Amino acid sequence: MVPLSYYLILSGILFACGVTGFLIKRNIITIFMSIELMLNGVNLSFVAFAAQWGALSGQVFVFFVMVVAAAEAAVGLAIIIAVFRTRETLNVDYVNLLKL
Amino acid sequence: MLHLLLFLVFGFACVAGAINLLVQRHPINSALSLVVVMGSLAGEYLLLGAEFVAAIQVIVYAGAIMVLFVFVIMLLNAGEEERTRGSRVALLLGLPGMLIGSVLVAWLLERSPTPSVAAGALKGDPQTIGWLLFHNYLLPFEVTSILVLIAIIGAVVLASPARMEASAKKEG
Repeated sequence: MVPLSYYLILSGILFACGVTGFLIKRNIITIFMSIELMLNGVNLSFVAFAAQWGALSGQVFVFFVMVVAAAEAAVGLAIIIAVFRTRETLNVDYVNLLKL
Repeated sequence: MLHLLLFLVFGFACVAGAINLLVQRHPINSALSLVVVMGSLAGEYLLLGAEFVAAIQVIVYAGAIMVLFVFVIMLLNAGEEERTRGSRVALLLGLPGMLIGSVLVAWLLERSPTPSVAAGALKGDPQTIGWLLFHNYLLPFEVTSILVLIAIIGAVVLASPARMEASAKKEG
């Protein structure tokens, strides 16, 4: 038996690591991976709460989060490729215009 | 006892992978440590009894999405990231804030009594999840397919070289 709070703390640590990566990383691909890390942290708390309340809806929501993450990854990486084609850099400090 | 032990092993792998993602400076190393995080998260899901979620975590996240990431890193020939002033400011302000915030949340969660979760507390086998998806959540499921279609079209339009040439022609 593992207390529910352990799962929530682990999920919180993962989310905090994702936020930190989003703030300190300067490579646009790594920033994107930090977002995926945050989504994973949230997924863990979804599954933990689903187990606590005995509600399978939580696991269905995790499925939807994964679908959205997959769609987001496809579009985001396409944007990264488009940015790299025009700027020839992956550093977000040099990408300071919305215009391509 | 075994449940707690397995939880700690997978949880330690998770946190170690997440911290390694932050420490590594080459994106390919970060991507591989993210695979470790996702793989051990699948273990945690199995401990909670979410079999279907664990399976698609490995197939979709650790498989498809991470292959996409590694592919883009290889395609763009991404090198080590350079340190700039902005990242140092974020490091100085963000890291203590993150530490204080997570310690506070952990302390609050530890203080408030939460029930224990048994291993495999809620069986989430594919049959039950599938039944829920196609009965209670049929409309969201169908909307999801439109979302994925839009994402595919968007990715193709954004990454296609024809659009780049067209915009270059317009400018020059």
